Amino acid sequence: MSDTLLVEPSAVSPTKRIVGELLRSREIAVGTVLVLVIAFTTIKSPSFLFSDNGWRDLLLTPSLLLLLAVGQTAVIITRNVDLSVGSTLGLTAYFTGKLFVDHPGLPIIAVFVAGLLMGALLGLVNGVLVAFFRVPSLVITLGTLYIYRGIFLSWAGSSRINPSDLPHGFLDLGTKQILTIPVLTIIGLVALGLTGYYLYTARGGRELYAIGSDPDAAVLYGLPVTRRVIGAFVLCGALAGLAGVVYTARYGTVSSNAGYGMELQAVGAAVIGGVAIFGGSGTVWGAAIGAFLLVTINRALPVVGISDFWQRAVVGALIIAAVVLDRVLSARQERRLIAARDETREPSA
Amino acid sequence: MSTSVLSRPEGSTRSYPAYSRPLWRRVLFTREFAVIALLVAVIFYSNNNVPNFDGPLTFYYLFLDIAPILLIALPMTLVIITGEIDLSVASVVGLSSVLVAQLHVEAGLSIPVAGLIAILVGAVCGAFNGFLVAYVGLPSLAVTIGTLALYRGIAVGLLGTKAVTDFPEKWTDLAKERIVEGHAYPMILIPFVVLAIAFVLLLHFSPFGRGVFEIGLNDEAAHFTGVNVQRTKFLLFVLAGAVSAFAGIYYTLRFGSARGDNATGLELQVIAAVLLGGVSIFGGRGAIHGVIAGVILIGVISSAMRLESYTVNKINIVIGTLLVLSVISTSFLGWAKDLWSRRGRGSGPSSSEKNGQHRQAVAADESTNER
Repeated sequence: MSDTLLVEPSAVSPTKRIVGELLRSREIAVGTVLVLVIAFTTIKSPSFLFSDNGWRDLLLTPSLLLLLAVGQTAVIITRNVDLSVGSTLGLTAYFTGKLFVDHPGLPIIAVFVAGLLMGALLGLVNGVLVAFFRVPSLVITLGTLYIYRGIFLSWAGSSRINPSDLPHGFLDLGTKQILTIPVLTIIGLVALGLTGYYLYTARGGRELYAIGSDPDAAVLYGLPVTRRVIGAFVLCGALAGLAGVVYTARYGTVSSNAGYGMELQAVGAAVIGGVAIFGGSGTVWGAAIGAFLLVTINRALPVVGISDFWQRAVVGALIIAAVVLDRVLSARQERRLIAARDETREPSA
Repeated sequence: MSTSVLSRPEGSTRSYPAYSRPLWRRVLFTREFAVIALLVAVIFYSNNNVPNFDGPLTFYYLFLDIAPILLIALPMTLVIITGEIDLSVASVVGLSSVLVAQLHVEAGLSIPVAGLIAILVGAVCGAFNGFLVAYVGLPSLAVTIGTLALYRGIAVGLLGTKAVTDFPEKWTDLAKERIVEGHAYPMILIPFVVLAIAFVLLLHFSPFGRGVFEIGLNDEAAHFTGVNVQRTKFLLFVLAGAVSAFAGIYYTLRFGSARGDNATGLELQVIAAVLLGGVSIFGGRGAIHGVIAGVILIGVISSAMRLESYTVNKINIVIGTLLVLSVISTSFLGWAKDLWSRRGRGSGPSSSEKNGQHRQAVAADESTNER
């Protein structure tokens, strides 16, 4: 093994390379755990997967967290974090409902666009504050977490959005399925696909990774750091805004606790999916699988007979396990690389 | 904590020019005194303009309400000065609340014994965080998001949705009692003042405290100057756990009810107060008196606005804005100072300020890139 470590990847045969990459891939590992959880729960109670409702909920429930986790990943990759996504979700969810109340005839697509823009605007505020003033995103987004939620709650007052306020076409989105896949999940998956493609192939996406790996180097190399970081926050805000519209469509009601505490779940999903909290590595695919895993475990626990009061403990243990696993793997890789280097040096010395 | 080294605000290191000013200026012209001045101004304004603010109950309830934040802010200050963060404190509060209830009601232990065990468990929770962060070397943000969910999950798992309310009146009254009858200071301030003095001595007047600052500035350099980086971080997390558990006992007795979801979201309030008090999130900068002023400032603003019958939502908007402004002001002031000193010296940083030179050069690079 050690002799293949220091050769260029292109010198190894393609099949060997692909197999090696698959074996080491975090997405596959988390995906396997997800499949095992689903399989185990289904054996306990077949309706978890095979009934119509079970299948729909399996796909539908994670769609909210999926959107948040994808946006969060784009921000974490740049070595920042966005804690305000939960509040952004709540605010746009209420905004969506309010639009339908004030303008009953509005086409649904326009509402989706409005929610997306609203979220993007909130994200832009975060991004500008973080990038222009060069202050830590943790503090800024902690502040905007309070501000956005405060705006949401004082705007809403004691009123709330009820299903009777919303048009049928919009509420039907929450239950409609295309080829048994719920529409809201498709929206989440499309957002995932576009973001993933952008991060994997586009110049802007690759620059996000470069900024996260070493911000100083990125500046010296001439990358437009300020613009890219703002872009990442806008993307994250826009996806949280979209999640707000999806929230309204899914639940039909928007009360004061919409999106409360979701920010830490989104970060948790990204961490489980292999996104390094200090930036520069990880994929949205991993974060998406992490989001599915988190939500599915929550739903699976009551089925296998563990009281759902324990679900948060399981989620916490999972996050810690993911971080520890990352550390162990990278330490092993480091040792191997050092060993390989020493081996190749000795003959020449 | 998560942005680049370049953006570390000016003045976080101790330099000779900084010490050329007289002592009174060094003490008075600081972030900490800005917060204290703001606090005094807000109290003064509220006393004159807010009805009932100068009443006897305002400060009594103010201190009762912010006591958990005051307590937890002390160890949190030290943790943040080392450049780490602990998001799990509120979950430890919840866990210790549940433990006191279970040990007292189910196991029949007296409140002091149950409390002592809860504090021990809190210290163990902190030790788990500290072990993972200091000895395994994991990022504290990720670890404590995990333990935030883990400890809260254990708390909720132990008690479910039940609430335990049958505590002996002797103890629930003690939590609400005043030190001197008729004055505004509740009993909880006694342990707080003792802890505050201990933490001031620990952070500002001990070799351990100097090590805490050094770790925040540069932990490798701290290691080479003989600071035991791992043990220091580990001990700070243990302290954070233990103090949070103590705050949990107080929280339980003050409200006379133990629930698994007690104090949810308190961690963000604590961190907001600490950062408002002038502690740098990058580590290496901060002082206890500023933090205490920051916590009280948030409390005073909340209670003044509540007396003016604003809702808690408006209060949150104000606190959030204050937090954002407080961090922006540091970098804005640094930028203005930079500009001013450059103009004052005529032509750019030609003089021998080695300290700032590289940073300015890079900053210049940046601005040309962005254009």
